[in-house]
Amino acid sequence: MSADYRLKATSPARAFFIALIQFLFVVYAVIIFYPLFNMIVSSFKTTREILRFPFSLPGKLDFGNYRTLWIDKGFSRFFFNSIWITLVSMIFVLFFGSMAAYGVSRYQYRLRTFVYLLFLSGIMLPLKAAIIPLFLLMKNLGFIDKPVSIILIYIAMGLPSTIFILSGFMKTIPKDLEYAARIDGCSDWMIYRRVIMPVVAPAIALVSIYNAVPIWNDFFFPLVFIQNPKWKTLPLGLTTFFGQHSTDWSLLFTALTIAILPVLILYIFMAKYFIKGMTTGAVK
Amino acid sequence: MHSIDRRTSEKLWIVFFIFPAFFVVSVIILLPLFMSLYNSLFNWNQLIRGQFAGLENFRRVFFTEPYRTRFFNALRNNVIWLLMTMLIQNTLGLFIGYLLSRRIWGSEFYKRIIFIPVLFSIVAVGFLWGLYLKPNGLVNSFLKLVGLGQYARAWLGDEKLATTSIILVNIWRWVGFPSLVFLAAIDNVPVDCIEAAMLDGARDSTIFFKVILPLIVPSILIIAVLTIIGSLNVFEQIYTMAGLDGAPNFSTDTIGTLFYRTAFGSIDSGNPEIGIGSAIGVIIYLLTLGASLLSIITMGRKEIEL
Repeated sequence: MSADYRLKATSPARAFFIALIQFLFVVYAVIIFYPLFNMIVSSFKTTREILRFPFSLPGKLDFGNYRTLWIDKGFSRFFFNSIWITLVSMIFVLFFGSMAAYGVSRYQYRLRTFVYLLFLSGIMLPLKAAIIPLFLLMKNLGFIDKPVSIILIYIAMGLPSTIFILSGFMKTIPKDLEYAARIDGCSDWMIYRRVIMPVVAPAIALVSIYNAVPIWNDFFFPLVFIQNPKWKTLPLGLTTFFGQHSTDWSLLFTALTIAILPVLILYIFMAKYFIKGMTTGAVK
Repeated sequence: MHSIDRRTSEKLWIVFFIFPAFFVVSVIILLPLFMSLYNSLFNWNQLIRGQFAGLENFRRVFFTEPYRTRFFNALRNNVIWLLMTMLIQNTLGLFIGYLLSRRIWGSEFYKRIIFIPVLFSIVAVGFLWGLYLKPNGLVNSFLKLVGLGQYARAWLGDEKLATTSIILVNIWRWVGFPSLVFLAAIDNVPVDCIEAAMLDGARDSTIFFKVILPLIVPSILIIAVLTIIGSLNVFEQIYTMAGLDGAPNFSTDTIGTLFYRTAFGSIDSGNPEIGIGSAIGVIIYLLTLGASLLSIITMGRKEIEL
């Protein structure tokens, strides 16, 4: 849509209407930001201060709470677990996903539509509803209380949408590019690796964000499979902590800040990619 | 001879590229789906599969106490989630998306900030608002500050308010998503269509309802389906703000929390009941599948193009 389709104040009534809308957007921004601001501020206050003066600023910036949580309460471990589990899952999602996308988009064969629909069905099936057989499966494999259980599930969760989005991009690449490489003696693997993958690199960035956010935030599967504090992820660690310290609001707000702030900071620097990544799956 | 060799090698390559993903998706997503169906047809003693029971587990969920009351109570709450989310969140999202597409002052800034809560984990958002909605929390303090103290409530402690409060928190977290999907869709409406309408002297409301809305129907459908699936899978929101039992007095219970309690056991049902749990799991599958099929049928033409 062109830029000159802006709202214009052509009459006093319309000017008032536009001003009202602008005001409501400011209110909306406050409703988004203030709870986050208050959370960060509260992490520096004592529980007494939070309850008696909920809107006041802290007297001094004391990082004692953060030290307690990060070192004594194991949040550094939860944080690190979330990072490497997300990372390992994403590597497999991107690797297997791009290979399968190549397999369903660059060849013609009879079972192609069937394979494609099989992958696609994974987008619509809620994996949570299959938690009982998954639990029995992981139990039989001896994966309970081991990170491999949730990593396997995250890989499976990420693959369908990755294949869907990447194969959409791969279909648009001209065949000529592939023929030229074949004449030069490239194998199918080298065509995938050297010709196709570099072309879809921007889509890889989108898919990464689209899948990494739900994996990073996931709570349900660690809740079912992980008990050992050694392997707890950030959302699960946060939940355990809330169960144990329900009255120490000062520490609770600190724990929430630790869970929320890194995503917020990352987002500030990469907003464009986040927005694209999260909406691509739905609009494409 | 040469061409057959090439065809065989191509087949091997296809298997090579597809197999890893095919294997993982089959074992982790499709096999458990069929196992749920299979398990739901048996009696279970703890983790041991007993006799074939036909549809007995389903019958018990629908017709026998205490399952019946719990199930329909939870289902009713899921329907409330669906209706409120559809009406409030998606309508709000549509208007925010529309106004942002009109490039109101600061739209680039608002576009970025409405998406912030979307990225936060449901668990963190749930716990944060759980603290704010406590009787001595920030929300009531604010009401007292602006002189509306008489409206202070135990937002999560009152059976009549708890579900609504939790839904509103979830809307706070997620409304940015439909907003941006609708914004992207409206931005994709051909300029010609709108310019032609403007030249004809059409009012803004006419352009919105007669030109823009019909052209973004696919996005509206996608958001509607995602809302249905999301409403059926509510779990973390309840777990963090009301607890696994859907406190107070099961008033916030949903199929997701009921399913978890039945499958893994908790205060209400005591031991895990795999048979009943599997039946509830299958019901969740069927409801989701129904919603998804609805989308495929309506979106059919668009899918085939891909």
